[in-house]
Amino acid sequence: MKANGKVFKYGSNVDTDVIIPARYLNTSDPAELAKHCMEDIDAEFVNEVEPGDIIVADKNFGCGSSREHAPIAIKAAGVSCVIATTFARIFYRNAINIGLPILECPEAVEKIQKGDVVEIDFSKGVIHNMTKCESYQSQPFPEFIQEIMAADGLVKYITKSLQE
Amino acid sequence: MGMTMTQKILAAHAGVEKVEVGQLIQVDLDLVLGNDITTPVAVKEFAKMRLKEVFDKKKVAIVPDHFTPNKDIKSAEQCKCIREFAYDMEIENYFEIGEMGIEHGLIPEKGLVVPGDVAIGADSHTCTYGALGAFSTGIGSTDMAAGMATGKCWFKVPGAIKFVLKGKPAEWVSGKDIILHIIGMIGVDGALYKSMEFVGDGLKHLSMDDRFSMANMAIEAGGKNGIFPVDDLTLSYVKEHAQRSYKVYVADEDAVYDEVYEIDLSTLSPTVAFPHLPDNTRKIDEVGEVKIDQVVIGSCTNGRIEDLRVAAKILDGKKVAKGVRVIVFPVTQKVYLQAIEEGLIQTFIKAGVVVSTPTCGPCLGGHMGILAKGERAIATTNRNFVGRMGHPESEVYLASPAVAAASALTGKITNPKDVA
Ligand code: SF4
Repeated sequence: MKANGKVFKYGSNVDTDVIIPARYLNTSDPAELAKHCMEDIDAEFVNEVEPGDIIVADKNFGCGSSREHAPIAIKAAGVSCVIATTFARIFYRNAINIGLPILECPEAVEKIQKGDVVEIDFSKGVIHNMTKCESYQSQPFPEFIQEIMAADGLVKYITKSLQE
Repeated sequence: MGMTMTQKILAAHAGVEKVEVGQLIQVDLDLVLGNDITTPVAVKEFAKMRLKEVFDKKKVAIVPDHFTPNKDIKSAEQCKCIREFAYDMEIENYFEIGEMGIEHGLIPEKGLVVPGDVAIGADSHTCTYGALGAFSTGIGSTDMAAGMATGKCWFKVPGAIKFVLKGKPAEWVSGKDIILHIIGMIGVDGALYKSMEFVGDGLKHLSMDDRFSMANMAIEAGGKNGIFPVDDLTLSYVKEHAQRSYKVYVADEDAVYDEVYEIDLSTLSPTVAFPHLPDNTRKIDEVGEVKIDQVVIGSCTNGRIEDLRVAAKILDGKKVAKGVRVIVFPVTQKVYLQAIEEGLIQTFIKAGVVVSTPTCGPCLGGHMGILAKGERAIATTNRNFVGRMGHPESEVYLASPAVAAASALTGKITNPKDVA
């Protein structure tokens, strides 16, 4: 499994309220949520994001409430991976469970800049910065988490493995 | 390099010899828990998997406690949804009102978690059962659905902070004061991703009720779990409440901790967390003049029998201050009954206190004691976020049952030693 796209870069403590403001939570439709993704810190995000793009942020990404709407909005906006120094614990779980790949890699966060084009090999945990011709190593996901991602989330993964 | 107590429990449930910090593992679950707010969402996700049954009818527990007895039509619909699910799936540990209690009081009391278990719950205070030497933590609704389907959950192995407790706490200093002190010291994200392991000689002075209230608030420091070693006191609690066999895990001598704090319990005072974060703590002597409108004694943090005993001792033969509303919530039906048998409820009612059936009630601003704009409450609960108990401009101060009861008598935040 691989991801490839250009980078949007943010700082520390990007909370679930800016990822998807509470005023839009009267729906859980992913496409509707995606229209407002990040709008409170980056109004241009929804206009500029293209399928495959990558978010890179510093510490404690996704802090705040436990709403699963936050990773859903990011994923539905087309983002293929979020790389951060650290993630808030429940966001981390929710992202994986809904099939949004996330990686922790302080080195990548330090070196990658806005607009860089990055390719990620999830099976090896390698983040390749095509713009700068550099590679950064993060801990690769174990096989079963890769399978969750490939199946597009935990519920689909389980459904599939139960049918087999 | 050795493993912490938490890491050992996780390794055993993942079927591996050894785990390392940051490693992602999949573990077998001994309990999957949900309440009336989170279970309806999990039920929807569960339905997508088209399963006829849950992984183990004995290992799923559903407790409608937040908005029960149903406070309005919406909450009645939510409870109906989970009740039907529980009946359809023949969930053995579905607890209807009448036999229920606040989930984190009820689950240990029913013996559903024992030392060495791995328990998950779609409620952030599931960390409470760490008091029993189990790994337990809060998760989302999708995790709950997956847990019910497969009996498994994935985890990232946490590092740990060790708290070495020494000495004997002074009179009126309880587990609640210790954990408030710790959260004040390390901050609301001081233990992010990590286990909080409580050890040391001082533990022998802490009752099970003290330990439950400390483990309960591990999440308020950002912790993944809080955990206590298993001693004679734990084992006698377990033997009294549980039928299942248990397993005692001990941290390796050479286990690695990210940080180690030594805390001399004899130096602590009753502690109060000011609005609007649990780490905004002050010693009782530094509180100053804080008038209150409401006192709440109860919740999954401090609604157990010892909490009620301490409060009753302070209120015995006295009257609560005029203009102060005092509400007591026993954590479970069993605790309620015991309080009646011990005469505590009589003491409360004679003092002018309202006693409620077990429910989360005002703890999350649900019902049964909501604050108006500008009002202030002192509560034995665990969160004092903006609007937690009602109006966004109301305030919640967190404290022990002793401080709450003393404050009930004077109408302002009060040191129990001044009224006892
Ligand atoms: S008593 Fe409060 S903290 Fe405990 S489960 Fe209920 S709402 Fe949550």
